[in-house]
Amino acid sequence: MGSIPVLGWKAIAAAAAAVVTLAACAASAPETRTAAASNAALPRIQGAQERMHLLNRVTWGATASAAREVEALGSQRYLERQLKPGPAALPPAVQAQIDALTISQRTLAELVREVEQQRRAAVALADPEAQKLARRAYQQELTRLGREAATRSLLRAIYSPNQLEEKMTWFWMNHFNVFQFKANVRAMIGDYEERAIRPHAMGRFRTLLGATARHPAMLRYLDNSLNAANRINENYARELMELHTLGATGGYTQQDVQELARILTGVGTNILGVQRKVRPVRQREYVHQGVFEFNPNRHDYGDKLFLGHAVKGRGLSEVDEALDRLARHPSTARFVSRKLAVYLVADDPPEALVERMAKTFQASDGDIAAVLRTMFGSPEFAASLGHKFKDPVHYVVSAVRLAYGDKPIVNAAPMIGWLNRMGQGLYGRQTPDGYPLTRTGWVSPGQMTTRFEIARVIGSGRANLLKTDARSDAEAIAVPQLSSALSHESVLKTLSPATAKALAQARSPQEWNTYFLSSPEFMNR
Amino acid sequence: MKRRDFLKLAGSASLAAMPIRLYAAGRSNARLLVVFLRGGYDAANALVPVASDFYYETRPNIAVPRPGTAANAAIALDASWGLHPALRATLLPLYEKRQLAFVPFAGTHDASRSHFTTQDTIELGQDHDRARNYNSGFLNRLTVTLAQRPTSIAFSNRLPLAFRGDVQIPNIGLRQLRKPAIDTEQTAVIADMYRNTALAGAVNEGFVVRDGLMQELAAEMEAASRNAITARGFELQAQRMARLMRGKYNVGFVDVGGWDTHVGQGGAEGNLANRLEALGRGIASFSTEMGAAWNDTVVVVLSEFGRTFRENGNRGTDHGHGTVYWVAGGGIRGGRIAGEQVAVQQSTLHQNRDYPVLNEYRALLGGLVARMYGLDDAQIARVFPGASVKDLGLV
Repeated sequence: MGSIPVLGWKAIAAAAAAVVTLAACAASAPETRTAAASNAALPRIQGAQERMHLLNRVTWGATASAAREVEALGSQRYLERQLKPGPAALPPAVQAQIDALTISQRTLAELVREVEQQRRAAVALADPEAQKLARRAYQQELTRLGREAATRSLLRAIYSPNQLEEKMTWFWMNHFNVFQFKANVRAMIGDYEERAIRPHAMGRFRTLLGATARHPAMLRYLDNSLNAANRINENYARELMELHTLGATGGYTQQDVQELARILTGVGTNILGVQRKVRPVRQREYVHQGVFEFNPNRHDYGDKLFLGHAVKGRGLSEVDEALDRLARHPSTARFVSRKLAVYLVADDPPEALVERMAKTFQASDGDIAAVLRTMFGSPEFAASLGHKFKDPVHYVVSAVRLAYGDKPIVNAAPMIGWLNRMGQGLYGRQTPDGYPLTRTGWVSPGQMTTRFEIARVIGSGRANLLKTDARSDAEAIAVPQLSSALSHESVLKTLSPATAKALAQARSPQEWNTYFLSSPEFMNR
Repeated sequence: MKRRDFLKLAGSASLAAMPIRLYAAGRSNARLLVVFLRGGYDAANALVPVASDFYYETRPNIAVPRPGTAANAAIALDASWGLHPALRATLLPLYEKRQLAFVPFAGTHDASRSHFTTQDTIELGQDHDRARNYNSGFLNRLTVTLAQRPTSIAFSNRLPLAFRGDVQIPNIGLRQLRKPAIDTEQTAVIADMYRNTALAGAVNEGFVVRDGLMQELAAEMEAASRNAITARGFELQAQRMARLMRGKYNVGFVDVGGWDTHVGQGGAEGNLANRLEALGRGIASFSTEMGAAWNDTVVVVLSEFGRTFRENGNRGTDHGHGTVYWVAGGGIRGGRIAGEQVAVQQSTLHQNRDYPVLNEYRALLGGLVARMYGLDDAQIARVFPGASVKDLGLV
């Protein structure tokens, strides 16, 4: 209670520290100058409400301290920092939670091997009842690892200073969607996010694409690990073009799907490090890195014709050639740019904006930050602020950031539960198309009712986010003081009369919080 | 009348002579519930091919005994087929009242044997040869196609693929009802905030669904206080569904998981038997709870695929192909095994492994809804584009 002065003080201290860090970075990084030169393109956004809107769009949710940061830096420098993120320094209490996770301590290869050995031991049990129990234990371990990944992801979303990078990480996780409940993907999903996606979320699209194409989670999810010469599985090849690069109308044929599937033969996984008997002439082409494997025995060495170009059959480098073509195809520039604009501008983004972004995409060889820069600098972006409907993940994370942005949560389980309850669980999209990014996917009646219930749980401080054990009462219930937090930012003055009237009817701070988190204003970003 | 006599009588009645009790073309009070068994249930152990020696040869450990050969044997439905004994108390009475039919050799032409791919195939209900549109499920297309638009609802925490599409359809999970924490006064305050916004409709509808449910919950809690509540699991869920579907909602969807029985599935008793028993109890409860509306209701039970015909090395079964759909309803022409059939033997298996698919799901479901709602060809083509509809005369 009465934590507002503390909140404010902390925020100022954090912002000051951030400025110092930035200055230090700038001194040691000459490329900052080139970035600064193109600063002019980024929008100058002034006014408290506009700052909040900007934050709600480029971060996982505005907080009082983030608003002060924008105020201190100016919107242009703030966006500059977000576009060129430095190391993501997390609050020590948050970093400690992440460090304690199994997925932070074990490599992908170790994790996957261990669970595979557990599975094999279970299957080998003769007694059906014992086998059932052992299989259940195996499933529980997989689920635990998947939840660790979700926990880490949520903690970063709430507390990382590199908010845009986190938002883009979610975007690419959704774009290159894998479903954690297929087979053993739960043991791989954390690594997929941490090593294949996040490092490239603001980088080069081609690098990102390549990282997903080599990751066991993707190869398993879309069945390419089963794709072999004369036993073709087209699943990944098709989605690679339809969903990851060109788009369904991007100008490829069924023949291209089949040829790409042939190119991708032999690209898979080898969990237990089984020795392959590769013909001596192909021995040097065999690749086994971590869990990834390229097995020449399974590769179709015939020549291919892909997107109108002859591809000489020669092994794994065929895949690189195909990915180069896909990443640099104009359809990809358009398809990806449009999707970015749907995520960060509007459900039906203006064609002219998409064209400009696609141009940047091609001119910069798929530099994601450059495409975002073009987007941020556009009048369409500025005009759109405040008008995107939050999907559940935006809703939940923004509410928790507002309530606990400066007071580290220690238990992300309730958030995982809320997201599942609203049908947008992390890594929970079964189909490769990812969750919808538009309003229609998320405004159902049941969705709204559930949001209000969640608003109440968060608003009342009874969400157990600050407790690891729901039964212990060691941690006092901390009722978030949203009204004080927001009063600094003049947000309250900009609310509609209907919302202001509702807030005035609140009988307690808890109820005030509930109404605010239930308000139409809080549904948008 | 003894059961056997009744069955004989039912069997002898010619189909054509039976009166159409319901479903005059386009009846607007028709109700449809789709029950999706996710995981691919072992159809051959639910509707048992009791005349097939091959069945008993290839399932030495998990076969359901021939009728009359054991205390817990299959119950003969006709010369070829028997019902799993776990369904005796629940589904047999419905079958005897001709309110239940089975359609063996049903399924998709999707041979991926992938749960996800095939579930999607079914829920989308689109032309198999065309690119998939993941935002167009067949129940959503049905909802928008009917002249008198039904009120549809999914009894699940997230909206299933089948309901995705042009109109917004509500969803609500019934497995664990949570008493809403937002009270009446707060509800009014929140609704007021939305009164003049584009979301007013969704917000109000959400509260209406919630309040309807809570009324049911109140009745349940009262029953519980009298120790009168016995239903658990899917049966309880089914009762809740019925209370909603006999009222406002007339197209519903629910999924039931846990059918992926690779290991130790059991025969007349065991894991699968328990699941079938719970499912049967749910459907029987649903039929009772629907009351008079049961006569206008059709329940379709389906699954993405059947399982391997032979048992595997773990006394279970693996992913297969053809399966058995169930069609139930107070007004259907049931009490029979419907659709194209073939003798169950090795030579008729699909890839020497699974039941073949002789009754394609789109043809089958298209025929059902065409009769239920009196749809013309153009309307059917909107719901199941490219399908050649087959009327099995079930409604």
